[in-house]
Amino acid sequence: MISIPFNIGLDLFPMLAAVLAAASCGVLGNFLVLRRLSLMGDAISHSVLPGLVIAFLLTQARSPVVMFGGAALAGVATVVLVELVKKLGRVEPGAAMGVVFSLLFALGVLLIEQAAVRHVDLDADCVLHGQLETLAWYSAPATWGELVSWQTLDAVPRQVVVLAVTCALAIAFVVVLFKELRIAAFDPGLATAQGYSATLLHYLLMVFVAAATVAAFEAVGSILVIAMLICPAATARLLTDRLRTQVVLSVVLAVMSGVGGYIAASAVPAALGKDSVNAAGSIALVAGLLLVVAIVASPSHGLVTKMLRQRALSRRVALDDLIAALYRAAEVGTSDPTRQQPQPQPRPQPRPQPRPPTQTFRTPRGGGTPRRAARLAVRRGLVRQGDGGGLILTESGRELAAALVRRHRLWERYLVDRAGLPPDHVHETAELLEHLKPSPADGPTTDPHGRPIP
Amino acid sequence: MTAATRQASTTTAATLAARPEHSPESPLSIHAMTVAYHRKPVLWDVDYDAPSNQLIAIVGPNGAGKSTLIKACLGLVPRASGQVEFWGLSYRQARSRIGYVPQRESVDWDFPVSALDVVCMGRYRMIGWCRPVSRRHRQAALACLDRVGMRDYAHRQISQLSGGQQQRVFLARALAQEADLYFMDEPFAGVDAATERAIVDVLRDLRETGKTVVVVHHDLQTVPEYFDHVILLNMRVVAAGPVEAVFTNDNLHKTYGGRLTLLSEAAEAIARAAKGEG
Repeated sequence: MISIPFNIGLDLFPMLAAVLAAASCGVLGNFLVLRRLSLMGDAISHSVLPGLVIAFLLTQARSPVVMFGGAALAGVATVVLVELVKKLGRVEPGAAMGVVFSLLFALGVLLIEQAAVRHVDLDADCVLHGQLETLAWYSAPATWGELVSWQTLDAVPRQVVVLAVTCALAIAFVVVLFKELRIAAFDPGLATAQGYSATLLHYLLMVFVAAATVAAFEAVGSILVIAMLICPAATARLLTDRLRTQVVLSVVLAVMSGVGGYIAASAVPAALGKDSVNAAGSIALVAGLLLVVAIVASPSHGLVTKMLRQRALSRRVALDDLIAALYRAAEVGTSDPTRQQPQPQPRPQPRPQPRPPTQTFRTPRGGGTPRRAARLAVRRGLVRQGDGGGLILTESGRELAAALVRRHRLWERYLVDRAGLPPDHVHETAELLEHLKPSPADGPTTDPHGRPIP
Repeated sequence: MTAATRQASTTTAATLAARPEHSPESPLSIHAMTVAYHRKPVLWDVDYDAPSNQLIAIVGPNGAGKSTLIKACLGLVPRASGQVEFWGLSYRQARSRIGYVPQRESVDWDFPVSALDVVCMGRYRMIGWCRPVSRRHRQAALACLDRVGMRDYAHRQISQLSGGQQQRVFLARALAQEADLYFMDEPFAGVDAATERAIVDVLRDLRETGKTVVVVHHDLQTVPEYFDHVILLNMRVVAAGPVEAVFTNDNLHKTYGGRLTLLSEAAEAIARAAKGEG
């Protein structure tokens, strides 16, 4: 049994910070993922470091306003530099982003080392996985009831306030400019022609990403930022085909990862008798796991759905092939299939007659074997066991089979008459096309091999 | 870039109107336009005045600069030199009256939007910043989908449409813009017969309602049937004018067969020389 250790003093603000950071990055990430700019989040989250350091060096102050200014400028500079490298260096966007952000990050690290700003806890380590533990609230009330008071508001740490404001602004940005962001992501040329400058929207988005990054950064670190810019949006994309739903889902998923990952960071190791792990890392991991679950089990795009669909299809094809073969066998046996009697000698499996030369039971992938098809056909009442053990079509089975054979032979007729294929080349194609549903009510009465079209 | 273009467009407004060969009534006047990619010229010194209320085809071999001509007019690729005006106005001033149907491959069809969402995008200019798509605009978009025979597919996600259906969605989006001048980049490329008919019907509809349409077209067979006016293009304008006057074997030969003719002339010369010796 995993107990959930939640201590208001130790866990409330760190968890709140993690959830707010996850939500702000999650909502903005949608448009990065859709524009295939996922790496841009990576780039900006790394290159805000020199922006922060330079802003600090210039002003010697650590107010949020200065930090945000520095980060936003660094964000825009990243975008401009990426464009420049792309254009002048003639490299692909991914390479341009990679070059720019690694250089800027390195510059930030060097600046920190050289300018000896270590004492203001801006070091490369905390950049990666944040300092959630510094948000602990030592004079916290012991019960939830006591939380509802004005003193609580005073106790809220600066980082959490900044994150809350950022999160609200990011969500407001996406809600208010939803239409504009959508058209700029889908068709930048049209957006500009319609009077919504795609370049302006691009830079606006990047400024918001930079702001979310720097707000999240101090508390939760850049690993979480990068994961949250990509994972919730990518997961949500797999669950829906509507952008509006995708945006809402991405926020829900980000919050889920935030809460789940934070709790798992202490609960899972505790259950295994180990010390708790870094919450930011654990949250990123949960977001990644959610993505894996969506890849496997999404109702519309998931691997399981695809497999099930393929199986259902191959089953249907096997069933179709079985009853069509029975129909053909009956047809060859007697000119009037309604008077078809069970063959005197027992037949374990219906063998296709020599006339349709390539009619065989090929085993399609996904379990559509003839044996299973036969069982399914019996269950559906299309086929019954004959006296000698062979299979005989029932009335409804014969109807279905006649329609199938009709489609097959109509296709053969079409392929020979209209598409100009020689008669001995058309069976394979017709074998595929016969499974498509509709067939015309009237048409030719014989196929290219001279057999009647039922 | 914006300041520069604005300045350029105000100066062109003065110069082009003063030129006798360009009329301010023409929906599209191109003067001495040259376009280069990476310093390599793609279009040389294009001069053209589009007649109003006509269906105009741009025809020419691969790499002749057909799409580039359209994109340069719309400012989507930079012009090395020359001026373009629409009814005597700059693109910026005339933008609301101009619709554009890009090539189908220009967007990501996996994008999570429905056909109706895409058509609604054609009306964003009328809707304005920060306001949601109202019912009225959605109805108008549905009517445009209806005109191209795609109303039943309005709520399909766009990746679930066939190529021809996607092309028709693009066409509906252009219709939703309610422009007076349309540019279409290869709308007939790789479409099925039903889509081709739908596009032709829409083109004729547009002409009847007084619009001008400029279409990049690749099928020479259908030019006389579908279009009134034709621009034969091969890096420069070989000939332009009414189809019956301009769309001649001679002009087509000049457009498509320049190099071929030179080679066949050379081959004949060699043959003559060989005969003379023998």
